[in-house]
Amino acid sequence: MKPAAFDYVRAEQLDEALDVLGREGSDARVIAGGQSLMAMLNMRLAKPKTLIDIMRLPELARIENKGGTVTVGAGVRQASLLEWPELGQNLQLVALALPWTGHAQTRSRGTVCGSIAHADPSAELPLVLQTLGGEVHLRSSRRRRRVAANDFFAGMMATTRDDEELIEAVSFPVISERCAFREVARRHGDFAIVACAAVKTAVGVRLAVGGVADMPAARDFPHLEGSALDDALNGFAYELDARDDVHATARYRRDLVRMIGRDLVREVLQ
Amino acid sequence: MSRLQAGQRHPLRFSLNGKPCAGEAEPRLLLTDFLRHQIGATGTHVGCEHGVCGACTVSVDGKPTRACLTLAVQIDGCEVRTVESLAPTPDRLGVLQSAFKRNYALQCGFCTAGILMSLDCFLREHPRPDEQSIRDLLSGHLCRCTGYTPIVRAAIEAAAELAGLREKADA
Repeated sequence: MKPAAFDYVRAEQLDEALDVLGREGSDARVIAGGQSLMAMLNMRLAKPKTLIDIMRLPELARIENKGGTVTVGAGVRQASLLEWPELGQNLQLVALALPWTGHAQTRSRGTVCGSIAHADPSAELPLVLQTLGGEVHLRSSRRRRRVAANDFFAGMMATTRDDEELIEAVSFPVISERCAFREVARRHGDFAIVACAAVKTAVGVRLAVGGVADMPAARDFPHLEGSALDDALNGFAYELDARDDVHATARYRRDLVRMIGRDLVREVLQ
Repeated sequence: MSRLQAGQRHPLRFSLNGKPCAGEAEPRLLLTDFLRHQIGATGTHVGCEHGVCGACTVSVDGKPTRACLTLAVQIDGCEVRTVESLAPTPDRLGVLQSAFKRNYALQCGFCTAGILMSLDCFLREHPRPDEQSIRDLLSGHLCRCTGYTPIVRAAIEAAAELAGLREKADA
């Protein structure tokens, strides 16, 4: 339960971090808050040759609210976003979901971008990014690109980030539509057995589910009620291909999707 | 940019419980092991080593931090406080510690160091907490002895006592 040996690079400039990533690629890993990566290192599920610490780069520690988008830099800790005075007004869904991300003792260190980079299927921040249709800002020494959440998550803890790319920031669109979030876990702050987020849309509701499939999944539904809603949610629950594990059976997960889903759809459409 | 080579020890300076402290660490050394084995500060306990149990929680720059999810080299230049900082003198307990003792808020004591440090950070920022917020905070710790109820009681008592002390100091 101790990490394997690695070189530790403390970047003082963003270019330095990008240089090292460009040269060492998949042998290097970026560490920010470390609340997901350190556990992977301790269990030796990750054995990078080099760790690049980006937490001493002030340009990455910014939250920017501009042109209907909130951009959160790679150095912004989850606790800092939660304490951001404009959060509730601009990113209501993030404000609802963030208290469920880990515990106060991990949010104090863990970053928003780090959770998205880790892409755990039951994590709240990837789910919220997917629900809102946010973007991931990737940067290497050669190029910068933005990838929509839907194209970023590629499977269980897998993303379409290239080895030489750093997640510089993620951006969430500011919306004023009604939204809702709910989660079931063994203990508040543990990984979700099922987490659901919903946002009202022009034609109905967008519902997204985490903790069931190997990545967060979102569906757009028209305005449905009664048994038509139940049927739609049942179809969605089965599409997610739930599996049994030590925490819950597939059947229980489908039950939760149907029940939490119905509550959230009603909540945002009322 | 500094690159600290694997397999070699590198010097680091930080403050521990208000006093300047220096040590040496390989990049892969966890803060838990650094504190316990290099510094000899064994008050910080090691439980699960993946951030779940909370036994190793310390304060880094005033924020609760899992020492097992932190590298020693990451705390270079930081202010670290551990459970050893809570007692005013070696033969007296601090306010939180006394409240824990009075309320039987520990039995085996393995989780206690981490819980005390979480509460110490929390009560500095939230001097008048309600029970729910204390329970939320404690969700980041596992205690298999007490069932948490006496811990919550101790935390509420300690918060009231600390608020009283502050008022006295202000008067």
